[in-house]
Amino acid sequence: MPDVPSIGQLSLIIALCVAAVQASIPIVGAARNRQSWIAAAVPLAQWQFIFVALAFLSLAYCFVTNDFSVLNVARNSNSELPLNYRLAATWGSHEGSILLWVFILAFWTAAVSVFTRHLERVVVARVLGVMGFISVGFLLFIQITSNPFTRLLPVPADGNDLNSLLQDPGMVVHPPMLYMGYVGFSVAFAFAVAALAGNRLDAAWARWSRPWTLAAWTFLTCGIALGSYWSYYVQGWGGWWFWDPVENASFMPWLAGTALIHSLAVTEKRGAFKAWTVLLAIASFSLSLLGTFLVRSGVLTSVHAFATDPKRGIFILCFLAIVIGGSLLLYAWRARTMSAGASFAPISRESLLLSNNVLLAAAAASVLLGTMYPLIIDALNLGKLSVGPPYFNSVFVAIMTPAIFLLGVGPIARWKKAELPELARRLRWAFAVSVIAGLSIPFVVEWKPLISLGLTLSIWIVSTAIVSFADKFKAAGARSILQRIRTVPRNYYGMQLAHIGVAVTIAGITLVTGYEVQQDLRLNVGDSTEIGGYRFDFHGVAFAGGPNYDAIRAEIDVFQNGKQILRMYPERRTYHASGNDMKSAAIDSGVFRDLFVALGDPIEGTDAWSFRIQYKPFVDWIWAGALFMAIGGALAFSDRRYNPAAKSIGLREAA
Amino acid sequence: MKFTVPIIIFGVLVVFLGIGLRLDPRLLPSPLIDRTAPEFHLSQLDEPSRTFSPTELRGQVWLLNTWASWCVSCRQEHPLLLALARSGTVPIYGLNYKDNRSDALQWLKNMGNPYVINVQDSNGRVGMDYGVYGVPETYLIDKTGVIRFKQIGPLNVETLEKTVMPLVRSLNS
Repeated sequence: MPDVPSIGQLSLIIALCVAAVQASIPIVGAARNRQSWIAAAVPLAQWQFIFVALAFLSLAYCFVTNDFSVLNVARNSNSELPLNYRLAATWGSHEGSILLWVFILAFWTAAVSVFTRHLERVVVARVLGVMGFISVGFLLFIQITSNPFTRLLPVPADGNDLNSLLQDPGMVVHPPMLYMGYVGFSVAFAFAVAALAGNRLDAAWARWSRPWTLAAWTFLTCGIALGSYWSYYVQGWGGWWFWDPVENASFMPWLAGTALIHSLAVTEKRGAFKAWTVLLAIASFSLSLLGTFLVRSGVLTSVHAFATDPKRGIFILCFLAIVIGGSLLLYAWRARTMSAGASFAPISRESLLLSNNVLLAAAAASVLLGTMYPLIIDALNLGKLSVGPPYFNSVFVAIMTPAIFLLGVGPIARWKKAELPELARRLRWAFAVSVIAGLSIPFVVEWKPLISLGLTLSIWIVSTAIVSFADKFKAAGARSILQRIRTVPRNYYGMQLAHIGVAVTIAGITLVTGYEVQQDLRLNVGDSTEIGGYRFDFHGVAFAGGPNYDAIRAEIDVFQNGKQILRMYPERRTYHASGNDMKSAAIDSGVFRDLFVALGDPIEGTDAWSFRIQYKPFVDWIWAGALFMAIGGALAFSDRRYNPAAKSIGLREAA
Repeated sequence: MKFTVPIIIFGVLVVFLGIGLRLDPRLLPSPLIDRTAPEFHLSQLDEPSRTFSPTELRGQVWLLNTWASWCVSCRQEHPLLLALARSGTVPIYGLNYKDNRSDALQWLKNMGNPYVINVQDSNGRVGMDYGVYGVPETYLIDKTGVIRFKQIGPLNVETLEKTVMPLVRSLNS
């Protein structure tokens, strides 16, 4: 049998060498205009991908075949672990997740090398060079501090098992999705740095960056939503967002990336706010890197922090300083010489988009401030404190309310100059409907100010989208409906679908926060309780088991209006290898409500158990909205204008 | 000039992150401080048929010390606990965390027993409720059952004299 861990180790070293060449030769070639050096960029990027992929597959192979001579495998896997989780364990540890990071970076790099055939070679060389530089940093990081292939002697008979929280289907897909998003912003970053270096910030640059940014944003949206859903149903307490530093680390690049998508649209169409767009492109990826630093250095305590090795923190911090500091220096140097672009009136689509951009950036900055504040206070020796949901929630509502209002107006306003009276006339019905409906609907259950606000915003998005659709179809001319639907570009459908996704998510957050019912209670066998109009009967517990765990399973019958509608089985699992104890809640999902039952502890001396039972109205709308946003992103991405076949036409137009 | 603002902000951030790396995040105060100590019913170490619950100690100031026979720092802390128990200033109750009963009993026999009562938390479930990062950890609980102080890691003479004892005196008066 070949020595797979050594193959992986060697591939990583070769990949590092290739990446080092990729980071230097094409960039020097671009500066000195040496064609052969410029041309080396594409094959170098592809070879780097091959070697990183080989290393990644080697590690996956070690996990699949239970090769406990590898320390990483011995620590994070076990022979009883099912195959899908053995695969997921590849990225379940610190070392593995950094390797996944590099693998995905190499994947994006290879994708750029393949799908940019229509671009000027010198631009591609610079972009691939920048991405190569980032790759060098992370491959070095792996070699110096986080080798996934470290051997263990003597070889143990079995491994320690994967953290039981991570043994879940969501965990198999969540990290790759999240990293596809995080790391995907490196492409927009590389395009921005390349454009700054070449002093060519123009509409073409914005057009090239757009599909890559959309793709990364779509993945990140899915990744964050999956993470939130995972914490809802795995962690066993029914919360879906905690403003935990790790969640914030993924949310900040998302906010900046959302701003970037909008800003790129303006730069492409109108040539305006170039300096701002470039800064957002740098910021989106910088926040991704910062997130990686926060998570990987253990500088902030969090449920997720599993690496607390000072060497790692210092390495990433130095790397951050070079990459982000370097790009911001380049920005400070080059942004001065940028042309201002086309002018626009104070009321126009440009200015509305700019205001929204500023609000999104402010939201990202406030999350950053909240995440960093405890650290800053501690560093200044002013004490220790933690910033919790009260701060984030109140700041977020305050920033998002005007942002959502503008979200409704933006797509309807004209480019360059819009008339306020005309806008008001076109939006008066949408405004009236959303305010009246938002104020009155909560009376059905119980009126609360925040619920009214949330519903008003949500309905505002939908009603303005309807107004915008109606306008768009009218403009498409007097043809059949089907033809009109086809005339409107996919880009537009994508935008509206994503906006409606925001409405759905806001409605979900509003309703579940306002009307959820939660009870912690003890139930004897035969007891029943009423929550949210449902009756829960506890029938007792039984032993159950899975492939690598034993479980105690409770049986709960649920009745509505006297009729039994379902039976639920919340579990407590004990994993064989680690002895870890985990709650596995029973959840009945529905369009309008989830029922959530988690089994707690037995009450000593009786046959009663403690339970947490929750009625969560509209909670699934939170993730359904995210799904809409992601589909919207994918639709916009598939627009003809980004299709390589249609590109030659597009380029001529832009030229 | 305005284009240099981002790099300046970033520079300040890097400085703080650099300082942050040198701080110990484990020193963060427990979110449980000034909250009621989580309730539990666990069987006692030397007599498993009997249980113990923190509610039994309402009206007393007491220490809850988590320990385990496999824990090296607990050995370091142990003489101090014995001395504290002999002085009679504050009763110490033990939470034997993720341990094996016979090992734990043997350990107490060899090292001496400072605890009024010890309970077994063999699967660490109660430890999880208390947010135990690692043993040893010690909680000071007041007459109303509220946690007033938490020590992560072994107790030492300095914290005992400067923090714990004054707090015990003021809570008792």
